[in-house]
Amino acid sequence: MNRIDKKVRALRARRKKAFIAYITAGDPSLLMTGRIAMALEDAGVDILELGIPFSDPIADGPTIQEASGRALKGGVTLHKIFNMVKGLRKKSEMPIVFMTYYNPILRYGLSEFFKKCRDAGVDGVIVPDLPCEEASEVKRYARPNGIDTIFLAAPTSPSGRIRQIALSSRGFIYYVSLTGVTGARRDLAADIAPKIRFIKSITDKPVMVGFGVSNAKQAARVAGLADGVIVGSAIVKIIGAKKNILPAVSRFAGSIARAVHGG
Amino acid sequence: MVPDKRGYYNGFGGKFVPETVMAALSELEKAYADARASASFKKQLNYYLKEYAGRPTGLYFAERLTDKLRGARIYLKREDLLHTGAHKINNTIGQALLAVRMGKKKVIAETGAGQHGVATATVAALFGLKCEIFMGDEDIKRQAINVFKMRILGAKVTAVHSGSKTLKDAMNEAMRNWVTNVRDTYYVIGSVAGPHPYPMIVRDFQTVIGRETRRQAMEKIGSLPDCIVACVGGGSNAMGIFYSFLKDKVKLIGVEAAGLGLGTGHHAATLCRGSVGALHGSMSYILQDRDGQIGIAHSISAGLDYPGVGPEHAYLRDAGRVSYVAVTDKEALDGFRMLAELEGIMPALESSHAIAYAARLAKRLRRTKSIIVCLSGRGDKDIDIVRNVL
Repeated sequence: MNRIDKKVRALRARRKKAFIAYITAGDPSLLMTGRIAMALEDAGVDILELGIPFSDPIADGPTIQEASGRALKGGVTLHKIFNMVKGLRKKSEMPIVFMTYYNPILRYGLSEFFKKCRDAGVDGVIVPDLPCEEASEVKRYARPNGIDTIFLAAPTSPSGRIRQIALSSRGFIYYVSLTGVTGARRDLAADIAPKIRFIKSITDKPVMVGFGVSNAKQAARVAGLADGVIVGSAIVKIIGAKKNILPAVSRFAGSIARAVHGG
Repeated sequence: MVPDKRGYYNGFGGKFVPETVMAALSELEKAYADARASASFKKQLNYYLKEYAGRPTGLYFAERLTDKLRGARIYLKREDLLHTGAHKINNTIGQALLAVRMGKKKVIAETGAGQHGVATATVAALFGLKCEIFMGDEDIKRQAINVFKMRILGAKVTAVHSGSKTLKDAMNEAMRNWVTNVRDTYYVIGSVAGPHPYPMIVRDFQTVIGRETRRQAMEKIGSLPDCIVACVGGGSNAMGIFYSFLKDKVKLIGVEAAGLGLGTGHHAATLCRGSVGALHGSMSYILQDRDGQIGIAHSISAGLDYPGVGPEHAYLRDAGRVSYVAVTDKEALDGFRMLAELEGIMPALESSHAIAYAARLAKRLRRTKSIIVCLSGRGDKDIDIVRNVL
């Protein structure tokens, strides 16, 4: 059993929901990414989602676009990120999931990439521009290395596709809460409850919900519907503001953790 | 037959897009299949191509250019004479009719040189659709006249400030907008790029160029030409003219932008110098660095300034059916000037690349040979750039 499954099982046993935090690797530096990751774990984050910066992030709104730009300017590469994760693994058993566009890992070589994921201690991979029907190669290399392939389901996905996505996903299913790109939003989508109910009716795999979730109130609401909540842009924004990053991230993540975990 | 059912051209193509738009791509595939089988759709399309856009365009023998070069006879397929000044209108009329058929009320598009933006804004006005065009800030500066035209036509022009602020980034932003508004918005992609079924749809709407050329060649040359030369950015005019000749003994040559020179790193020669990767929804050749980050293209011509290329071109390159070469900014400007001075035709800087290469090629061939150049657009939009450098 890998770290994601273990974590999900442990949370389920305690009837708790998962809090997944996204940060862009290398923003503002890889050293800081390591520290922020530890601060997030201490604040109650269950799973860390690490964004691999890409020059052309078509599924991301301005906040994560800018973070990726800053990271790339700082010279971050996959190779360096793997080393950072290795370092983190000496201190933490928190499950780590990569969020990466397809081209960087294609260029790295899929076989080599997934081997390195295993060696460094990465547990899963989310590729936002790789729908499940294009993923046979990725699955072929991910599975033997024990790396979970996590697919996204969207509000526009018809039921047939959702079944396919549920079948292809390992670790969890990532439900995109709204029709749009990543980024903090004031309101949650209106159809979020029935959509999550539908996915849960066809699969036992955990359903984690992200995109647009940006405060404790929204997080609590989503936690009431799904198995977990993913918060990204709201955290990345705090990092981007560059003022007392660690305490500010801890405080915010703590408030989300309390909302997700309850009591 | 390419593409296959999954939108692949022997390993190139596919659908590398966010899940949110996957259903919309299926909807488009279905709507397009229906439209293609519909006699009334075909009739409507032909009507607008003829009465509105000005088809057929001529196949003109460039006699003075030929005499000057003292080699093969050069013929120009005059797409520059179409309404809005370039071949782009062939595709936007088709896609706008498709959008109307699908009940969409709003269209969006990306644009580089502004030709596709103007062509989209034009058909949006014609069919009463709301229109928003995404354009890199850098391109807005160098193609100011086209920006003004789009606004006059009632389109909203949104400046894109991310990345290199050119076509690549405009396409990113259009894609993001589509992801957000996919339920009521039709995305009019301007080249044979993007996720399936776009490369196929755009190719099909552009093949009218090749079909006419074939017929006109038989009339005017008395046979098929020996060579066909077209510029390639994303590659829509090239795909449009090549497609009808793929099975013939005709040499097909795609001309990419060598920018400041292939060795300088400042070029847009994706097929000559790129490598395989996934960008903007399809697997093709792209410009990228060691880490798979997309490279910044450079060309004096905004329409060729793109680090990707349509997947069918990638397929034709690897199959050895089409040769891809590159021409520098400077050579393109020479081509521009030569055509203006000898024929009284100012070609778009994109098309000037094809002219420059055809001139080089013609010199090596006898007068019994013939070359057809796809003159994809006219150069009015480029006057400021040309004035600054000539």
